[in-house]
Amino acid sequence: MNESASFREDVRSWLDQHCPQEMRKPFATEADLCWGGRKAVFQSAAQEQWLRIMADKGWTAPTWPSEYGGGGLDRAQAKVLQEELQRINARAPLYSFGLFMIGPAILKYGSEELKRQHLPPIVAGEIHWAQGYSEPNAGSDLASLQAGLVDHGDHYILNGSKIWTSYGDKGDWMFCLVRSDKDGPKHGGISLALFDMQTAGVSTRPIRLISGNSPFTETFFDDVRVEKNQIVGELNGGWTVAKYLLTHEREMIGESGLGQAGTQALGDIAVAAIGLENSRLADTVLRRDIARVEMDEKALALTLERARDEARAGASLGASSAMFKYIGTELNKRRQELLMSIQGLHALDWSGPNSDDGILPKAWLRSRGNSIEGGTSEIQLNIVAKHLLGLPG
Amino acid sequence: MALVLNEEQSMLQESAREFLQKKTPVSHVRTLRDQGSENGYSEAVWQEMSAMGWPAMIIPEIFGGLDFGYTGMGVVLQETGRSLTPSPLFSSGMVAASAFILFGNEEQKALYLPAIASGEMKFSLAWDETQRYQPQQIHCEAKASEQGFHLTGNKLGVIDGMGASHFLVATQTAGQEGVSLFIVAADAKRLIRNASRALDTHVLAELQLQDVALDKAAQLGGQSYSLEALDRLLDIARIGQCAELLGLASEAFERTLVYLRERKQFGVPIGSFQALQHRAALLYSELELCKSLVLSALQDLDEGQADLAETASLCKSKLSEIAMLATAEGIQMHGGIGMTDEFEIGFFYKRARILETLLGDRHYHLDRFAQQRGY
Repeated sequence: MNESASFREDVRSWLDQHCPQEMRKPFATEADLCWGGRKAVFQSAAQEQWLRIMADKGWTAPTWPSEYGGGGLDRAQAKVLQEELQRINARAPLYSFGLFMIGPAILKYGSEELKRQHLPPIVAGEIHWAQGYSEPNAGSDLASLQAGLVDHGDHYILNGSKIWTSYGDKGDWMFCLVRSDKDGPKHGGISLALFDMQTAGVSTRPIRLISGNSPFTETFFDDVRVEKNQIVGELNGGWTVAKYLLTHEREMIGESGLGQAGTQALGDIAVAAIGLENSRLADTVLRRDIARVEMDEKALALTLERARDEARAGASLGASSAMFKYIGTELNKRRQELLMSIQGLHALDWSGPNSDDGILPKAWLRSRGNSIEGGTSEIQLNIVAKHLLGLPG
Repeated sequence: MALVLNEEQSMLQESAREFLQKKTPVSHVRTLRDQGSENGYSEAVWQEMSAMGWPAMIIPEIFGGLDFGYTGMGVVLQETGRSLTPSPLFSSGMVAASAFILFGNEEQKALYLPAIASGEMKFSLAWDETQRYQPQQIHCEAKASEQGFHLTGNKLGVIDGMGASHFLVATQTAGQEGVSLFIVAADAKRLIRNASRALDTHVLAELQLQDVALDKAAQLGGQSYSLEALDRLLDIARIGQCAELLGLASEAFERTLVYLRERKQFGVPIGSFQALQHRAALLYSELELCKSLVLSALQDLDEGQADLAETASLCKSKLSEIAMLATAEGIQMHGGIGMTDEFEIGFFYKRARILETLLGDRHYHLDRFAQQRGY
């Protein structure tokens, strides 16, 4: 038996033994995701157990070095693990911006001290990281941000505000883009600073969305103390780190366009809701639109797979994450529109006994934000045009 | 299997591109057209392709082939798509060779596959009988006689049919369920073929079979097959078309990108305008999806995946749509010059339309995909 086959066998039998049955089914709603953190509230004992046991193996971060708590797997092994998890429909044990965003940035740009301090708690799901990027006057033009970091001898002081902080009210620590040199060049005066959100002077205010939910906050900094050793990469070199981190964010959002693993196919939902005539979906126009979305979903999944296989063969994902973000989010919006069409009047139910708490219309409304957050679709197309196609201007 | 080409496949693709750029750049198609080429392709170029083993690509070694697989054939077809090189590689080397491999008996394989591999025989599938694509509509009829069979009926849209040495003719066969394929020599008595010159250099033949007499050994596999079984052959053909569509769409897009960088208006390159940048970026993204679909489908063929219908229809629908989009945008972004016959971008647009229409267009395959998915 070759090495990879025996690794697969080990993984399979370990998962058979350790993955709780309750964790072997698709997420029903966003509320089923486990974000961990100091204020974590677990839905069930199984959810908590699944996180603990995977974190102990380092398999919440399979490719991170084991010295920082990661799984120490190479990319081929990580693919095997992923395939085996999918095979049994296992839920991801942990969702976290630590895993997807700041962790990889610390691994690449952080000091040894920062790696030892921050990476193991991310793997264990002990710290929920919040992202401080956008400001009221710095959206698509992110580099015009103004939250100011000033040197106070043995520490810095931060003043200003951020907007669109994901789960800001649940966050334990923040990675925050700040202006550390007011007089420097636009992109050259930015740093990436880390601080505990319990530090005096940090406050948040929820933002209510058209979906009725409040997954984001405004975040205010009033003379917040930031330690000198908590800058990722060089002081004033934060833009490079920020861009690297954004490629990870885009990749993550791009994949969300596929729906969650095991999500029911649109066609099946339509057949259940509308019915068949002569063994075909009774609405021919809808059939066409559903088929187009299902085709693109399959094509995107294959393209992500191809990108990973190419990355294993040495190519880097880099700017193509902008493409994945664009395709994935636009696709998810199309999917949500069709779900609304399929369900008819039921899709309009917001509250009441048969409304499912308005999950469907809320998801539909929320999806409009997919192509805005993490850089708008238009910004992604700009990146593709300039960095992948080499178009001028 | 990883969704990347292996080293041998990459080398094959490079050498094919090099050969085709040198021997048959797009000006080659123009010359064939202007000279009113009878077959629609150059026999001399076909000899060279055959000498390089291209028609032998998918054929097993015991029958004189290279056994290099469908992915290998696919990368060569992508390159013939890029240069718009007409040849019987698709009709004979991909489709007919697959038909013999799938349905031929051992004598038929031993007799015909080596001759297909060497390029000496050029087979073409004669299936369609309707203007709009309806592959289940087969009225061409084979009647059993003492010596064998008599075939009567008409066929349309026979790809590379004027240059073919042999046809595989689909028929209803008296006393048998399903559809048969018959091996018919192009010079058979009472077989009339007429050239139907298509809007690019393709010459599609129309066949009239007026009681063509064949012996028993002419029936492929010695029996009829269900339409579902034969669909596998058509699906292999469609995936081959998709490889060609990918090549031509990529080339049209790359030529357009060069023009966007070079052409100046209002004192700047037109590629600096966001309206054009976003359309180019969208096309790039769609072509990346197409690349994955084609490579994955070719690998499915090599792995012998049982059910190809969903994969082939997804591929053909998407590739048709995006190849038409890429070539239409190519014309639009080139502006006035894109509309001229002198300029080459229009050749890509025409070839895309031919490939989309033959063996089912995007609408046909969108519907078939939905059917495969149970709706």
